[in-house]
Amino acid sequence: MARRTPAYPPWMEKPSTLARVGKMALLAVLAFLMLFPFVYVIAVSFSSYMDVLGGGLILVPKHPTLEAYRAIFKGGIVAHALWVSIGLTLGGTVVNMVMTVSMAYGLSRPAVPGSHAVLALVLVTLLFSAGIIPDYLLVRNLGLIDTYGSLILPGAINAFNLVILRQFFMSLPSELVESARLDGASDLWVLLRIILPLSKPVLAVIALFYGVAHWNDFFRATLYLNDAHKWPIQLVLRQYVLQGGALANAVALDPNQPPPPAQTIQMAVVVIATAPILIVYPFLQRYFTRGVLSGAIKG
Amino acid sequence: MYLFILPGFVYFVVFRYLPLLGNIIAFQDYSPFLGFHSPWVGFANFHRLFTDPDVGIALRNTLEISALQLAFFFPAPIILALLLNSMVSEPAKRLMQSVLYLPHFISWVIIIALWQQIFGGAGFINQFLRNGGRHTINIMNNPGFFKPLVVLQVIWKETGWGTIIILAALTRIDATLYEAAAMDGANGWRRLWHVTLPGIRGVIVLLLILRLATILNTGFEQIFLQRNAVGARAAEVLDTFTYFRGIQGGDWGFSAAVGLLKGGVAAILVFAANRVAKAFGGEGAF
Repeated sequence: MARRTPAYPPWMEKPSTLARVGKMALLAVLAFLMLFPFVYVIAVSFSSYMDVLGGGLILVPKHPTLEAYRAIFKGGIVAHALWVSIGLTLGGTVVNMVMTVSMAYGLSRPAVPGSHAVLALVLVTLLFSAGIIPDYLLVRNLGLIDTYGSLILPGAINAFNLVILRQFFMSLPSELVESARLDGASDLWVLLRIILPLSKPVLAVIALFYGVAHWNDFFRATLYLNDAHKWPIQLVLRQYVLQGGALANAVALDPNQPPPPAQTIQMAVVVIATAPILIVYPFLQRYFTRGVLSGAIKG
Repeated sequence: MYLFILPGFVYFVVFRYLPLLGNIIAFQDYSPFLGFHSPWVGFANFHRLFTDPDVGIALRNTLEISALQLAFFFPAPIILALLLNSMVSEPAKRLMQSVLYLPHFISWVIIIALWQQIFGGAGFINQFLRNGGRHTINIMNNPGFFKPLVVLQVIWKETGWGTIIILAALTRIDATLYEAAAMDGANGWRRLWHVTLPGIRGVIVLLLILRLATILNTGFEQIFLQRNAVGARAAEVLDTFTYFRGIQGGDWGFSAAVGLLKGGVAAILVFAANRVAKAFGGEGAF
């Protein structure tokens, strides 16, 4: 009979059954507490009138329906806000990446006079911010109120991401860059053809973090967008789910049929607003568990 | 090369340094029509800090929430990381981490919608109570529950993410120390006490000091989103106060003074905290 190698080191005493079972039970409870709200909300979003009126606890809808999702995607404020958020996330992330890559590259090259002073200027901003009022006044004086620029430009570069990227660029072998320069390559060519192809994983994780921040952005949109037609999904979600705004204009309801229950539509909005995060989450996780961040946390 | 740096440099100067100058309105009776040419009033706005009772409420709420967070949220990632670290099955541990990190990436609006769906008036718990013929209870709009609720939400959302830095510190502990301790007859608890905890003490002290330095920060979105349900008396913190008085109420100079004082105190605390961290023999944050 083949002996199984135990999963614990040889010097460790065999864990007692009681301790193992207890720990597993504790972890199972934790996992349940984390996942239950998601499961419940998804279940409610698929349930029909009969399920909701039945008054029972909905964990698996007895009469599942896509009515709520159909009503959302057929048009209305929620559908519009989803497009706004998609556009903001894509456009904002492109601006973030161009600005961050460009500056990180400029600051990563040795012997650029003044670059250390600029880096110090960047690092100091990690320690303080001016405050809500002066930030607001600046955006207003720049004429950005009620424009999408107000959501993209004030956060164009995250100093943390900049520092991570600069450190990564500096860790690349300098011989590659030097030999290209001897062949007469320009700075831009070196960046596009040598540096960036070697940096794909770190670029991916930084882009994902920027993208998630844009999708989740609530604070700036609350401050700077008064015009409700311009609202991204997070603000619309607040109005129709947290504050219980009337759903008549928010989604396209079929006048010939009884509308789906409000609760079902609300939860469908929550599910749709969460879905993009759930989709990119596995990619995000692959990177941050591999230490892209653990090195960066203490920069 | 300067062309690559220039756009970023302009960004930092305009969006991160220029607003600092905007803080001069804390010394003005600012009106949007006059802009920065509004009349100077010296420290009058700062005098109002001591006479306006709402400032006291906001400060007290801020400190109470911070204290609760320090007592209950701060130790949570440390305990959870120790639990994860003691798991022998690698795949189970990774699965657990995936589940625990997830809420960090979800916006506060969605998190609160989820909580409302469980604890709110029409939520899961009340549905359960109603089915059993019992009295319903609304946890989400009870002012007395607000502060514990806010802290529980932070624990639920951020504890998993907080374990990352602790787990990183745990992997740096020399494995031979455990073996040596076991040879000397130390059981699991004694190894935890004599090897593990001393091994992560530096990180814990650093995190604690940084947390103390940001004691006036309670997070804007989470509080802002739930403030209306329980009222300002229970929920107003310094950040939401500044927003409602300044941007909503138009009392620009005064709310800028509140923000400036908060920022000033925070800056002093950060530098002091770094000093203390170094005095403890740590590396400091910067």
